Amino acid sequence: MSKTAPLSLNVPEPGCRPGDEPDFSDFVVPEAGGVTRPPIDADPNDIRDMAFSIIRVLDNEDHAVGPWAGTLSNDELVEGLRHMMTLRIFDARMMNAQRQGKTSFYIQHLGEEAVSCAFRKALQDGDMNFPTYRQAGLLIAGGYPMTTMMNQIYSNSQDPLHGRQLPIMYSSKEHGFFSISGNLGTQFMQSVGWAMASAISGDTRIAAGWIGDGSTAESDFHAALVFASTYKAPVVLNIVNNQWAISTFQGIARGGVGTFAARGHGFGIPSVRVDGNDYLAVHAVAQWANERARSGLGPTLIEHVTYRAGGHSSSDDPSAYRAKEEVAAWPLGDPIDRLKKHLIKIGAWSDEQHAKAEEEILEQVIAAQKEAESCGTLGHGKVPSPRDMFEGVYETMPPHLVKQRQEAGY
Amino acid sequence: MTQMTMIEAIRDAHDVAMGRDEKVVVFGEDVGYFGGVFRCTAGLQAKYGKTRCFDAPISELGIVGAAVGMAAYGLRPVIEIQFADYVYPGIDQIVSEAARLRYRSAGDFTCPLVIRMPTGGGIFGGQTHSQSPEAYFTHVAGLKTVMPSNPQDAKGLFLAAIEDPDPVIILEPKRLYNGPFDGHHDKPIVPWKKHEQGDVAEGYYTTPLGKAAIRRSGNEVTILAYGTMVYVAEAAAEEAGIDAEIIDLRTLLPLDLDAIETSVKKTGRCLIVHEATKTSGFGAELMAQVQETCFYHLESQIIRVTGWDTPYPHAQEWDYFPCPNRVVAALHQLMEE
Repeated sequence: MSKTAPLSLNVPEPGCRPGDEPDFSDFVVPEAGGVTRPPIDADPNDIRDMAFSIIRVLDNEDHAVGPWAGTLSNDELVEGLRHMMTLRIFDARMMNAQRQGKTSFYIQHLGEEAVSCAFRKALQDGDMNFPTYRQAGLLIAGGYPMTTMMNQIYSNSQDPLHGRQLPIMYSSKEHGFFSISGNLGTQFMQSVGWAMASAISGDTRIAAGWIGDGSTAESDFHAALVFASTYKAPVVLNIVNNQWAISTFQGIARGGVGTFAARGHGFGIPSVRVDGNDYLAVHAVAQWANERARSGLGPTLIEHVTYRAGGHSSSDDPSAYRAKEEVAAWPLGDPIDRLKKHLIKIGAWSDEQHAKAEEEILEQVIAAQKEAESCGTLGHGKVPSPRDMFEGVYETMPPHLVKQRQEAGY
Repeated sequence: MTQMTMIEAIRDAHDVAMGRDEKVVVFGEDVGYFGGVFRCTAGLQAKYGKTRCFDAPISELGIVGAAVGMAAYGLRPVIEIQFADYVYPGIDQIVSEAARLRYRSAGDFTCPLVIRMPTGGGIFGGQTHSQSPEAYFTHVAGLKTVMPSNPQDAKGLFLAAIEDPDPVIILEPKRLYNGPFDGHHDKPIVPWKKHEQGDVAEGYYTTPLGKAAIRRSGNEVTILAYGTMVYVAEAAAEEAGIDAEIIDLRTLLPLDLDAIETSVKKTGRCLIVHEATKTSGFGAELMAQVQETCFYHLESQIIRVTGWDTPYPHAQEWDYFPCPNRVVAALHQLMEE
């Protein structure tokens, strides 16, 4: 018989829980401008350290510094700020609409607005995103009509998806936004397939896959890396590490002491971490990775380090599992606040302009909301006909479904 | 017409489809340079290049997921799952993604994808190379599920599947790859060239999805079968000396309910034969459909002859398969009632 002590299981825990003092002392915030910007054809072996640092452009004094700065003009930065503000105001209105019973469910982006808004501006029209449920910024920054987004959220008579999908699970091929799946991780693999198809076809368009930190534990994540690496697919693989998968902290899915980005090393994929609350940094890294993909240099893995300041969804209460003060203690700050301060610092913006922009955007969102609500809301009439329920399962309705539709009275 | 085995017919269908449409791409484990473990894709990479026919990593999830992305892009991917038994890691991508993409995006994105997989027993493949998973797929709205029983249909159904705008599962009975099977395992395999269904039309043709075929006309009992079991049913009908009508379903979803109803109303009796396990098997669906549509025409109960509710055994393979003797006994039981 062995005389060694009984074994015990390691179950990781976050630094703090409700009632504790927030503790990000283990979170190292690298200096802005401190990470090199390699050429797009750099040997992945030469840039392995980029999976352990964080690319940052905005420093603590709101200056844009280092080799990743300068990808955007002042006008483009103001536009980016307005996109993020729009997404935040849109979210707030839709969260309220959910509380008012106008829809069943909503997911907001609070604190993560820079990730999708900045990434979208580094893509070209025709490129395809395979997003999760927290990248509506791809649509806002891509010019997709807010009213149409709301029609989908309300499952109303103008919902382009005929009431078949959960609210916020948008789809727009025209705007490079693949239909969202509720089964997490599945679309990471599909983005690689889409990119492979583009390469097979001799196209110039690229794909972007999106996955959350928690879902990287799904097999789809690993399959996607294998395929992307094997076929050098023109795809950018984005991990949004917002620290929380509902109530489960990112340490559960991550395993060990590595980073999510470091997982790309086993596949020879250039893998970087970026400050996801820094609009300038996200844009610069996205531009670098997209250029790699478009130049036939294969995939890039990007870990966007950010923080989910709100609940997971309208059904979630984060105060049940994390300290309330943690949001304010998050070391990378708020993306809107940081970009605003930077623009003021360089003289391209002011508090007055900001306040005015907030008013204007709120008016636009309210106008869109009024228009959408005139077409109905879930629970308040004007929802799509049950006849729609039977359509589109197949291109041509097979006889058994025709019979069932008739049986249902449609 | 040319004499072909089912393997040759499937290979020919690939060739015809790839020659007609450059959007057709073929991939899966070992399908590229080597041409697949059953040789269904032999020669395609040499002819069409390695970006249109290539090997994939051993990841069914990855193979199906990549194909969903390719189909959404606008290609017409044809993928091979090396054995149907291996499909389970890819099921989520088939059921939750491929099958629903058109519906959930309201046609914004579609998934014209063909998933081929060798299925069933009869080659001593044991529990992981012999399963018949059709019921998993027929339960899913948005999929079509096909199982051919001969080379002529295998080619025609395959080409129809490629043309189809929605995802189609093709389950290929691997025992039939080289010749038909009448359930008498002690007899040598009769090659397709001695069977009229081994005559395959050349060039492009399609066999419509959703249409059954009457393999034997009769008036006393209807036997519903598909794949390998069509031949077991034929042997049993001969041995029993009963005037049975045998319907080869060919497509399980959507099912040719008209053909079933017409036949059962004519004969008044129904026997269902399939290779998969009995409980919650596709035979249960067939029974329910017959009961719903033909109840007042039935002169006896509906009987199922199926594989047993066990994992597929290796050494006892021939005891697992529904054999002609079991089908004969069931036919006699039906006629006595």
